[in-house]
This record gives sequence, structure tokens and C-alpha cells, in this order.
Amino acid sequence: MIINHPLLGPRDSSEFSYLGDAALLNRPSAKSETATDDFYRYQYLRDNPPGEHRELWYHEHGDRSWLVITRNMTTHAITKVELARDVKRAMIEASKS
Amino acid sequence: MRYSAFRIAIEALKGHKGWKPVWRKPEPKPDYDIIIIGGGGHGLATAHYLASKFNQKRIAVLEKGWIGGGNVGRNTTIIRSNYLLHGNEGFYEFSLKLWEGLEQDVNYNAMVSQRGVLNLYHSDPQRDAYARRGNAMILNGADAKLLDSAAVRKMYPFLNFDDARFPIQGGLLQPRGGTVRHDAVAWGYAHAADKNGVDIIENCEVTGFKIEQGRCIGVETTRGYIGATKVGVAVAGNSSRVMAMAGMQLPLESHVLQAFVSEGLKPLIDGVITYGAGHFYVSQSDKGGLVFGGDIDGYNSYAQRGNLPVIEDVCEGGMSLMPNIGKARILRMWGGIVDMSMDGSPIIDKTHIEGLYFNGGWCYGGFKATPASGYAFAHLITTDMPHKTAQAYRMDRFARGLMIDEKGQGAQPNLH
Repeated sequence: MIINHPLLGPRDSSEFSYLGDAALLNRPSAKSETATDDFYRYQYLRDNPPGEHRELWYHEHGDRSWLVITRNMTTHAITKVELARDVKRAMIEASKS
Repeated sequence: MRYSAFRIAIEALKGHKGWKPVWRKPEPKPDYDIIIIGGGGHGLATAHYLASKFNQKRIAVLEKGWIGGGNVGRNTTIIRSNYLLHGNEGFYEFSLKLWEGLEQDVNYNAMVSQRGVLNLYHSDPQRDAYARRGNAMILNGADAKLLDSAAVRKMYPFLNFDDARFPIQGGLLQPRGGTVRHDAVAWGYAHAADKNGVDIIENCEVTGFKIEQGRCIGVETTRGYIGATKVGVAVAGNSSRVMAMAGMQLPLESHVLQAFVSEGLKPLIDGVITYGAGHFYVSQSDKGGLVFGGDIDGYNSYAQRGNLPVIEDVCEGGMSLMPNIGKARILRMWGGIVDMSMDGSPIIDKTHIEGLYFNGGWCYGGFKATPASGYAFAHLITTDMPHKTAQAYRMDRFARGLMIDEKGQGAQPNLH
């Protein structure tokens, strides 16, 4: 698989390591009353869909940036590559408004 | 139809015109007592033990394609019970004992071959870890022998003993481990289950569960609605997909695991060799092909095919262990989709929906578990209680902190 890095252009996927579902960016609050259950779901449960999947990849053998990649799990086709930094910032902005 | 030497002699005289199909092709009935979703090794084994050991009647196995077309047909056929942890080792040893009696039980030649599984070690700490593992195996009724380098050299003189990075200091041998003809496992269980009246319904994909007042009362399929008192799901690889239809989210990711076969060679390896440090393991099939594999690709996938970096990695591992295979050509390769769980261990349990049972999360080790998985699942479905060897495989163990993590990797499925 070729990953089209937003800063560095097309790179081989073997330069990256894989973490998992990008829902991991959405860490629950430890102060919530349902924190125990929230963290269980956050840590252990996954949607694992057969189609499009947003996932976190780390450019370990490159610029060490974290990416959010939208990839089809059945065809491996990559449709979108974003810097995780930008995705997280947008999430914080959205939660403020 | 019963298979026997006598039967072969009779058929030989009759020009082999009397052989019948190994299982029927029944039409689905409007309802059953028990429906098993998934006509793979685990689903068919479950149906067989339900009918033969737990006296259940009116059972159907629903399969979306043809039986044995998933992971039971896409593995490297190894059986072993060389686990460390309590909760795992007893279960896998139960499985190995069932393998030993499988062919007589199902009256089908599955070519169970206990040719020995050897795990190599390369350092003093690794030797100590294997000594501990061997003791855990023996405590659970399995067999294990710790070999030094001279003993390994006697078995496999052609290995690269003096590798600079991973010199072979010895190995942990399980003589009762070995290989089984994988397709024949599916066909054998199908043959035995069918003989006991189980309806094996192929080309019948489940498209939804009918759940009323917290109880599963049937399934929607591509061949119409089928009612059931109890429904068991054994669809590892597609577990998340199927259980999502019941509104459940699972502690699983689907990953692709590749395997490879070389061209046929003269007899070279009479057992199974695993080289964990080099991410490579190998055995030789009865046709002469080297059957080998390594790590999972490492990213979520439902594709049943992998990518080139892992192929290169596996072949490099093979070359560093046994440079003499360098000229052998790869004949074919395939990928299977496995349920990687959050602790590397499986789940056999009831769900919060009454009458709906789940079996999955087998990671890359489901084949060897087939008989015990079927037996334990049949026990659970019949009695609503976990089988004594499968008590640790509960759905809620992650919430309760009772993980069975052989590799100690934590909740990172691609590292197990």
C-alpha cells in the first residue's frame, strides 16, 4: 500500500506502524460519572467495519507524524490522508462551538 | 454411509460407483431448535458435538458460501497445545486429545499426523521461559521436552545453528503436536453431523437477527426467515460484522494473516519448526510442499489477501533459519481474515441477548482449537454453562480485568 503523506508525498506503508481505529483520538473524560464504562468501551470495543475505516498510522521510519487515514478494509483503497494533529484540532474546535 | 477398509474393497469390485455425497443438500426448514451460523471448522464441530455428545435434535448449520471455505481452508494445519497461561493450556490440551480420537469419532480420514512441534530458542532467558512453559504444559496433562542444541541438530542438521543474531541453543518440543489435513476436518465434521440429522445449508447468508423482548427467536437469511430457539455464531474473521446485526460491538479487530506453499520438494522436514525470533514457521506437507508463514500484516482488513512487505519479511525469516530453501520457488499463497482480540485469546460465551451465543476471537490460532471450540460451544448452548476448560473465555473479561494475555502486549490486537 502507498500512503500519500500530506507533507511528504507518496510513501510505502512499511515506513509506518499501525495503531487502530481513529476513535482513539476521542478519549473520554476521567471526570465523567460513567468513566469506568466509557474507558472500557474506549480501550476494548471496536466497530471493525468491512467498508471505510478511519485509522491512526504513525510515520515511524519517517517524519514521526501521526496520520488519520481513511481506508476501505475490503479493498485496501486509501481515499483520504490527514495529519492527526489537524483532525484533533478540528474535533476540539467542533466541541467548543 | 460408513467408511471402512471393507467398504473400499466392495467399491473396488463395483467400479467405485456406489460412493455417495459426504453430506446432503437439504432445503431450510421453517424453524429449528438450534441454528449455528458459520459452516467452518468451529461451526461444523459444534453441530457434530451437539448432535452426538449432547443429544440435541433439529439442528441447522447456515453457511453463506460453501462449507470450509473460510479459515479452516486457509491455515497452515498445525495442531499443538503449547500455551503457558491458566485458562488457555487446559483448553488447548483438551483440543489436542480430541484431535487424537477425531478420525474414529467422525469416521473420516483427516490425516491427523502427530509429527512433533518444535519451538526454537536462542538465548538463556528464552530457554528459561520455555522451561517454564514446558512445565505449565506438563501440569495440564500435555507433553513437553526441552532440547539442547545437540538434540535439535540431530533432528534438523540443516538449520542455521551459528547465526550471528539468533544462534540456535535448543528448542521446546511437543511430540504430540503435528498437522492435520485441514479441509478433511470440515468435511469429516460435516459428514458426521449430517449422519446425525444436522441440516447443513450452504449458500444461505444470514442478513439479520430477529430479536423480540431481549430474546433471539430466529434469523433472516438470503433463503428466507428461519426460526430458532437458540442461535450460535461461529464466524471468526467476520464476527464484528455479524454481531453488529444484533447491535453488538466486540473487543475484536479483523486482520489478514498470510501463508505460503513452495513447490514440491523431497522429504526435508518431518515435523513442524517454529522460529519466533525470525517471525517464521514451517512444516512440509505430504505432497512435499513447504507450508510456511509468519506474522499478520498488521492493519485491519477483510480482503483475504495480504501485501508484499510481509511476504518479503517471512521469506527473509525462512532464509535466515534454513538457507538451503533459497532455490525453492513459492507455488501459491493466500490470506485469511482472523478475529484479533484485545488480549490474544478467544471468546466462547452467552451474549446479553437471550438465546444468542457467541464463539470467536481466535486470532491466528483457531485451527488447532477446532474440536475443543466445537465441544465447549455445544456444551454452552446446551447447558447455558461454560465447559470446564473454557471458563476463562468470557465476554466480560475485559471489563473485569481478567485478560488472558499470553504475549503481555495489552489491548493492541496487531501485536498479539
